[in-house]
Formats: sequence, structure tokens, C-alpha cells
Amino acid sequence: MSGYQGKKNIPRITSDRLLIKGAKIVNDDQSFMADIYMEDGVIKQIGDNLIVPGGVKIIEAHGRMVMPGGIDVHTRFQMPDRGMVAADDFYQGTRAALAGGTTMIVDHVVPEPGVSLVGAFKLWREWADSKSCCDYSLHVDITEWNKGTQEEMESLVKDHGVNSFLVYLAYKDVFQLSDSQIYEVFSVIRDLGAIAQVHAENGDIIAEEQRRILELGITGPEGHVLSRPEEVEAEAVNRSITIANQTNCPLYITKVMSKSAADVIALARKRGAVVYGEPISASLGTDGTHYWSKNWAKAAAFVTSPPLSPDPTTPDYLNSLLSCGDLQVAGSAHCTFQTSQRAVGKDNFTLIPEGTNGTEERMSIIWDKCVVTGKMDENQFVSVTSTNAAKIFNLYPRKGRIAVGSDADLVLWDPDVTKIISAKNHNLAVEYNIFEGMEVRGGPLVVISQGKVVLEEGNLHTTEGCGRFVSRKPFPDHVYKRIKARSRLTELRGVPRGQYDGPVCEVAVTPKVMSTVSSGNVSPTKQQQQSSTHQPVRNLHQSGFSLSGAQVDDNIPRRNTQRIVAPPGGKANITSLG
Amino acid sequence: MTERRETRAEPEEDLPVYLARPGTADQVPRQKYGGMFCSVHDAFERKTIDFDALSVGQKGSRTPRSPRRDTGQEARSPVSDRRVSPSPQQLETRTRKDEEVLQSLEDGKSDRLLIKGGRIVNDDQSFQADIYMEDGVIKQIGDNLIVPGGVKTIEANGKMVIPGGIDIHTHFQMPYRGTTTVDDFAQGSKAALAGGTTMIVDHVIPEPGTSLMEAFDQWRQWADEKSCCDYSLHVDITHWNDSVKQEVDNLIKEKGVNSFHVYMAYKDYYQMNNSELYEIFTFLAERGGIAQVHAENGEIIAEEQARMLQMGITGPEGHVLSRPEEVEAEAVFRAVTIASQTNCPLYVTRVMSKSAADIISQARKKGNVVFGEPITASLGTDGTHYWSKNWAKAASFVTSPPLSPDPTTPDYLNTLLSSGDLSVTGSAHCTFSVAQKAIGKDDFTQIPEGVNGVEERMTLIWDKAVTTGKMDENMFVAVTSTNAAKILNLYPRKGRIAVGSDADLVIWDTDSVSTITAKTHNSAAEYNVFEGMELRGAPTVVICQGKIVLEDGKLHVTSGVGRFIPCSSFPDFAYKRIKARKQLAVLRAVPRGMYDGPVSEFSMSRGGTPSASARSSPTKQPVRNLHQSGFTLSGPPTPDDLPARPPGRRIVVPPGGRSNITSLS
Repeated sequence: MSGYQGKKNIPRITSDRLLIKGAKIVNDDQSFMADIYMEDGVIKQIGDNLIVPGGVKIIEAHGRMVMPGGIDVHTRFQMPDRGMVAADDFYQGTRAALAGGTTMIVDHVVPEPGVSLVGAFKLWREWADSKSCCDYSLHVDITEWNKGTQEEMESLVKDHGVNSFLVYLAYKDVFQLSDSQIYEVFSVIRDLGAIAQVHAENGDIIAEEQRRILELGITGPEGHVLSRPEEVEAEAVNRSITIANQTNCPLYITKVMSKSAADVIALARKRGAVVYGEPISASLGTDGTHYWSKNWAKAAAFVTSPPLSPDPTTPDYLNSLLSCGDLQVAGSAHCTFQTSQRAVGKDNFTLIPEGTNGTEERMSIIWDKCVVTGKMDENQFVSVTSTNAAKIFNLYPRKGRIAVGSDADLVLWDPDVTKIISAKNHNLAVEYNIFEGMEVRGGPLVVISQGKVVLEEGNLHTTEGCGRFVSRKPFPDHVYKRIKARSRLTELRGVPRGQYDGPVCEVAVTPKVMSTVSSGNVSPTKQQQQSSTHQPVRNLHQSGFSLSGAQVDDNIPRRNTQRIVAPPGGKANITSLG
Repeated sequence: MTERRETRAEPEEDLPVYLARPGTADQVPRQKYGGMFCSVHDAFERKTIDFDALSVGQKGSRTPRSPRRDTGQEARSPVSDRRVSPSPQQLETRTRKDEEVLQSLEDGKSDRLLIKGGRIVNDDQSFQADIYMEDGVIKQIGDNLIVPGGVKTIEANGKMVIPGGIDIHTHFQMPYRGTTTVDDFAQGSKAALAGGTTMIVDHVIPEPGTSLMEAFDQWRQWADEKSCCDYSLHVDITHWNDSVKQEVDNLIKEKGVNSFHVYMAYKDYYQMNNSELYEIFTFLAERGGIAQVHAENGEIIAEEQARMLQMGITGPEGHVLSRPEEVEAEAVFRAVTIASQTNCPLYVTRVMSKSAADIISQARKKGNVVFGEPITASLGTDGTHYWSKNWAKAASFVTSPPLSPDPTTPDYLNTLLSSGDLSVTGSAHCTFSVAQKAIGKDDFTQIPEGVNGVEERMTLIWDKAVTTGKMDENMFVAVTSTNAAKILNLYPRKGRIAVGSDADLVIWDTDSVSTITAKTHNSAAEYNVFEGMELRGAPTVVICQGKIVLEDGKLHVTSGVGRFIPCSSFPDFAYKRIKARKQLAVLRAVPRGMYDGPVSEFSMSRGGTPSASARSSPTKQPVRNLHQSGFTLSGPPTPDDLPARPPGRRIVVPPGGRSNITSLS
């Protein structure tokens, strides 16, 4: 119904004015009945009996739910991989997204190691601007770490509207960064006010396991999951949380695929870590038993990293954690390859290009698995499909909420429609759909993107290239309020002491522990300048107590110990009472 | 009222009579000392059902190798009935008595020794019996033993006799930048014996790049010259390559080493990366060794240290600030993961924090073969002292991982030790003089690391865990000696009182109270991290290699008598489970026809690890390690046809059943 309009400047034509009547508006906090009037892609009025200009297109909702359009925080459309390109490009991908009720995607820029981040970012912008049918934003992956990288990150945050960077703990010798590098990346990210994302798998162990599995003669897709057991995922999640805590950097775990990894995140959140977990359509909807399929092509279609867990109870478990808030955001990690592309690894599972579909099915699967089963309500559904993502990545309330002034990205949701997912009728370019044959309840009836109806009566009316890049500012409140409070708390101070003047042992020059420490700044005067008698303050979330009260003050380092020092924490010895 | 007598005079008269009396578990009037807050005497004695005392003549059943001695028993038992057990009050005086006697024994046949009337405490049970030992080996256990004349007899008067402690982690005489730790093998093992520990296991630390074998020989030489008690050695792997691999193999096969220690900390020095850990663990699992880890994330620490120094924090508090407990827990988690992947038994040395201990206990609940070793310092004190204004005192607490500044940590670790989540205790005894610690007076990263603890270990655990009711005396034996012996594959030679075991025994006084201070300790260090602590429970007599080395508070040690005890590979305690799992964890490929569809062009520029050539077609269903994923795949998945564009008319039931309500309607 809407023709080509060019991108970024939406011309004022009448179809831009839209009124939804009799809708039940569902936000993440409440649901209420009202009409919505939007103009120029922005919601102008919400309420009853709105005064609107004449000639406005009206959609009668008849009390159906209208919710903010979904935000798919993790896609990899058109991703290059060893000379191949993911089958769904930005056009095909965003079309599928819109068909599923998702009105914004956030794609990952994957610069080849050695390539400039900004350069890669611009390349992705170019691809997306020319093809994307819905608004989009971009995460940038840090695939190597050097001095230049830090400056580029700065420029991306300040000039290009990027506030999230992903690092890989896996893909040894390709993308993987060491713990020290990750520590440094996280420190930089925290200073820039961005979000650190990780692909959490222990690449070292995987490399060893892959070699072992190949030596055993296992070359099929089952080798993929055998060489990447879920423990390895949980380990990496745990490690990245530790580093993030140390650096006081907010952490976002992409692709939570297993129970153990989800448990580690849930535990860390209970301890107070600022960490978010993102299960994906595939991990919420299916499991890894298909890796053992006799049909190579089918088995290969499930290959993604971390792999789907072969434990068939995993999807249910992840849905529960998503419902209770331990996991916050659902993505799709949509990255599809044709069977012929997958067949690159027909004799060696390590060569199979990785990724599964899910951007189209995401909303329906979550509705079916969580809302229909009573795990979550419609409001929680809105939080995990759009609001939380918008908050974490600083798009809120422009996206992820139905409010005056928000973008007119809306979905009229039909909770009763049932659909059988199949590769025959999906909007993707690939032969296999990992959810093949799954019957899901709930789906979008009308999808409005940028104030225009793009899905109506089962027909898609998308416009290639109308998607705008949505830039994101650093220091999202949802994340950084806590981080800021903590950085004030974690200020550390030394203990003011007199100079040690006892004997010092002569030693060989080679220090025992060679850390990257410059010993220039150790002058004792500096110690005394340290402003007087503050007690050391520890991060309360890290250790759960604060040291108070002065220590017993000893004077000379000699055997001066006639007196009996009370053991810290009081005596456990009963005799001291008698 | 002599409790201990010269048996030479009248062996027949001096029977362990009141012990042989059937039904020793009869009511004995209990007496309190020291007011109502003092523990009731005997409170710890009758916990275990005393089967042996109740059933005279069946004693041999528990120790099958013991010679039958029923005749003697029956003959004597009437005598025993006439005797009355001495009142417990006499315990107070008994140690005073025989000072002269002991001295005279030094020259004589002190190799034969009889302990009468002791209550033998093993890790599984306690019972009353006499112990006769000869040539450093326990020869007989039971009542009314027939022993040669002229045997020195110790009257235990119902006190506990426990296997001598095994300190599974010491660093005596450790070289450090041209100097060595102040406690050498003589001083260190002397302190060990004074505390009731009769065997130590030291760490061999080869400099990176040097031969493991040479370092091992060097340590052997040092220990053989000086050690006063039996010892064994762990070897630390500080670098990894094929020649090291060969040496590890030789050490296991020929030298009697079954445990190897790797470091996850000390970046650019000892630290191993994940791949190396994987290889080492895989290799050790093949050869039947135990993998020990120093668990701290060295990379994070290096970054944090640099940050602390930049902030101008140079004192010992920087040590603990740069090594937060999370960093320890992270490394433990990683080590557990790698060990579980490689199916290798893991031993985590120095568990210093709650979080690390929690990870270990979780891993054990998930079925991993992992052992945790808290040390004396982490069980007894905390890290608040790092903020002491006295630099030398603060520095004396510097060890890695650091003591946790959370003052509830020791109590928590003691609880986990009592519940069995942590398995063994060491001391990580590694002492430096103040002058040596002062190397790092302007930079905490240069402070040599290590605390004392070998002497205080047994007493401290008794005080913190047994007197508080967390564990019983049997568990005490398990965590101080038996479990260590099992892990090292020295059981039952060490860690148990049984016929044929080594005569390393301790007579334990549950009531004695002592105050720990650097003034009186046997270590050469000027500071004691437990300074001023008042502890209950102590060894009154320590017997090492069948000789009395501690009596009446006096040590009689001989430097150089300690023997090296070789440990053999594949200790049952760890490897029975590992072996069973190996059989389960066999992986098999799915038999499929060759894929013959189109294949995209691609460049090999990235991705892909070195791969073996494509071999395919084993013919069985995949079996997964049950401990790793908790389920097994059974039944072949439905075979599909070759890939074609529309593969899916049919409706596949989603695995795990549908949660979709519509399918019900």
C-alpha cells in the first residue's frame, strides 16, 4: 500500500497518518484500552475520542492487543564468512523480521581481524541502508585488540551512535581475545559508557576437543555439539562475569544456550552483578538432539555456537528463567546459510558455517512457550521482546514502548492464531527451518513500522531501503545508574604506615612475579600524601562486608608479642569464658 | 598412680586390663573441670559405638592381617575384671612423671613400643585397644597382646590415639630469588612433628625452563639430608613441552610421584594457558596422576596489580585488593571445567575463600572428581590483618590466594571441611623472615608469599571444628590424614591405625589449652599468623617411625631420618570413578550417507582447527558421558531424505513434547 518513499526522509503522504481504534495497549508495565493516533512515524496521541484530521486511515482493533514492535537485538544478516555471505541479506532478513512482528533489528558488525572497526561499521551501514526494510542499529564486534582499536571504539561511541561491543571468548586464533585483553576492553567500554557483550565459550578447550573428536573419526555435525559441551559455555560465562565485575563493566551475554550458562547468569545476578542474558529463538524453541539426525543437511542446519543443548528439557528451563527475569532479552542470532554453503563442512564439522534462523519465529515462539503456558503475562512478553532491549541499549522510550512521542512501531497481536512453521512458507532464503513442523499459537495480525502498515491480512508490504539507522547514546540509565554508584564506592585507599626501616634481604635482581608493573610510582612520600585515615572501602557487592574499626596498631616489626591478640571474629574457644 | 610404667619390670602385672573388660562402654561417672563452660570430660569419647569393647575376641575382623591372639585374651580376661579403670583425674599428672625415663629410652630399644589403653581413632570408627609396634610398623592391635619383654610402654589411659597427621602441602626450604624460606626441611619437619604431623608432602618447584627431574633430585637430596619425618613430593609443572611430558612420565613410573601441580596465576612466569592445562590434564589422566592447581586468574591479577600500584597503593593491603576472591573462584571454575572435559581428577590447593569453596562443593554435587584443600591459615584466620598499621605484621599474612578479608570465611570453610565438601587440609607452610618480606616494602607485588601453619594445623582444626561440634574425631582423622593418604595412594600404610601400617601415631589430648605465639613456636619466622590464638587440643605424645619424638612437651627429633615415601599412580580413591567414566564416555559418530549436494566455494582463510583427514562411518549410536549432561540419547532420530527445497510436509513432534495447548484441543 505504500510505494517507494526513499529513505530517511519520510515524505508526508496521507498514509502516514494512522489511527488504531479500540486497542488494548500493552506496555511492559500495564495494559489499558485506548486509541492511538500516529503521524510521520511518531505516536502523537493516545486516549479515547481523539481529535484527528480527516482522511486518516483507521484500523479497528476490536479490543485486540497492540504492543510495541519487537526488537531483535541479535541478528547477523548478510554476514561474510570465508568468502561466503549469509543467505539472508538485510532485505530478506528484515522482511522476515517484520513478518514475525519485529520492527527493529540490531545487527552485528564483524570486522575481519586487521580491518578497521570504523571501516567495517561503514560497510555495514551501507549494506543496511540500501536494503533494510525496518529501523536498525549496529553492535560492533571486537575481533582483535590493539591501541588503534581503543581509539576506534571511542570514535564509534562518540560519532557513530554505537554503544555496545562484542568480544569473543571462542574461535581460537581467529576472533578470540585473552583474559588480559578482555580486561582492557571492558575497562575501555566502561569508561566509554557502553555495554560489553560476550560470545561465551572457552575457545581453548573447544580447539582441543575438536581435535580429539576429529581424531576419533567423528566428522559430522554431532561432532560440533560433542566438542562444545555446555560446561565450556558455563565456564566462559563465569569468567566473563568475573572480569566484568572486576572492571565494574556492565555485561551482556549473547546466545544463552544451556541450562548451566543460564544458571551462572542467574547466580551472578543474585550476587549483584550487572549482567544480562540473551537466550535466542533457537535455544527457546528447540534442542540439540537433531545434531544426530541421519540427514546430514538437516543436522547441519542446526549448527550454531554455542550449540543447542542436546538436553531436551533446556528450552523449557530457559523459558522459565526468561519469564522470571533471570534472563532479560530474547534475540534470534539469525544467521542463515544454504545447504550448499553448509556443505563446505561435509567432511569436517569444524568448517560448517554457524548460525540458525529465528528472527521471524522469535515473537511467536516466546508467546507460545511462555505466555500460552502461563509462564509470563503479556506485559512480561513485551519486556523480553522489546522493552528490556530498548532500555539496555538506550533506545527507550523511543522504542520498546507505546507512548506519545515514541516511534510508531506497533504490532497488533492475535493471541489465538495458530501457525505451523515450515521452510515452505517462511520468508527466508534457506531450505531448512530449524523449527520445521512446530505448531505455534500467537502471531502478528498487523505490523506497523515507521507509522506504515507493513503486514496486513497476511500480506507483506515492505520497502527495501527505508530502514533508518538508529543511533544509540552511551551510558544507558538502565545499566549505568548502578555502575556509577559502584564506581564511587569502590574507590580504594592504601593504609598510611610509617616507612618500614628494618632489615631487607638482598635478592637477585630478577623479580619473581613479572607483571606489567612500572615501579616508578612507588615513592613513600606519595603514601603519606594519601589523605589520612580513611578505612579501606571494598565493593559491597563483591564481598558483602565493609571493614570498619581500626586495626590493632603495632609498632616495631620484632618479636614484640607478649600480649594476646584477640583473634579476629572473636574467639571460638569456650575456655575463655570460664 | 603411675599411668605409664616400665614394662620391663613386670609385663604380666601390667595388663591393659580395664580395657579388655567386656563392656567398657559401661557407665563411667563423668566429671567436669573448670566450671560449667568447660567441656565434659569424655564428651568426645563415646561417640562411636565401641563394638570391639563389647565383643571381645572379634577384634581381628576389622584388621584381617593381624595375627590371631584369642588365646591370650581369654586367659587374661578374668584378671581384667578385677581391675578398676583409673579415675580420669590422673590424666593431669601423667605427663610429669616420666621425663627421665624417656631420656633413658633414647639409647635403648625404643623401636619396640606398646601403647596401652588408648582409644584408637580411625576415620571410620573409634575403639579401645592396645597397639604394639616394632621397627616402625604396627605389628599388633588388640587387647592383652603378647609382646616381647623389655618393651617400652605408654599408658594412654583412654586418650585418643590417632594416625599421625599428613600435611599434604608444604614449601620447606623453597628457593626464592637466591635465598630460601627460613624453615628448611629440618626446622619445618620439626615444627610438623611438634604439632602432631608425622608426614609432610612438599612441592618441588623447578624454575621454568629447567628439568623437572633435576629439581626433583635436588629436593630429594635436601629432604633426605634434613627431614625428621617421612615425606613425599609433589612436582610443580612450571612450563610445558614434550620433554617435560617425558619427565612427568618418568616421575610417575620411576620416581614415585603421582601428583603434579600447575599454576593458573603468576602471569608470564609459572602460568599455564587453558590449552596447556587441557594437555597436562589429559596426560595426567592417562598416566594416573592427580592434577593439582593453584587457582587464581593470573591475567586479571596482573591488570589489577598494575591498577593498584597506579593508585599509589603499595602496602600489603594491595595484595588482597588486587586478588579478590572472585578471581580465585573463577579459576577454580575453569579448572573444574577443564578437568571434567579431560576426565582427570582435580585437586585444588589452597582454598582460601567462600566462593572458591562453593564452586568446589557445587562441582562435587554435579559429580566431578575434585578435591579441595583449605589450609591452616584459611581455616584459622582472615585477611583483615592486611590493613594492619604494622607493615611487618601485615606482610607476614601475604600469601596467594590471599586470606579473605571476610571474617566469616574461616568458620564457613571449617563447616565445608566438616561436611566433606572440602577433603583434606594442608598448611602451605612457606615462611619468610621479615627481612625477606621487606623485599617488597615499596611494592606489594614483590613481597614473597607464604604463611606458617604446619605446626598449628592439627590443633587449629581440632579447636575450630571438633570442639565446636562441627565434626567428630573420626572426621578429624579423615581430614588431617586419611583422605590425604588415600589421594596420594599411601593408604593404608599412612593415615590409618591398622596392623601393617606405619607406626606414625599421635596421642591426642583433647583438653590441653595452648596459646600460639611466635615466641614459642618451632618455626624460624618472627611472626606467626595465629599469634595470640588460644587453642584447645594438642598432641601429648607423637610417635614417628615407631619412635617417640614428642613427649612431655619435649621434642626429640633426628634430622635426616625421614624417608621418601613413593606414591604410586592411579590412586583408587580418585581413579575408580574416573575409570568407570572413561568407559562410558566413548563417543561415536552418526552413520550417514555421503552428502552429495552442491557445495559452496569458500576460502580457508579463517576458522577451522587443524583437522585430521576425513574418516567417517563408525556404526553405533552416540553415547554421552552421563555425568556431563545428565541424559543419554536413545533411539535413532528419524532419518530424513536428502536435502531438497521442500523437506517439510510432515509435522515433526518437537523434542520434549509440546507445550502448546492447542495440540490438546
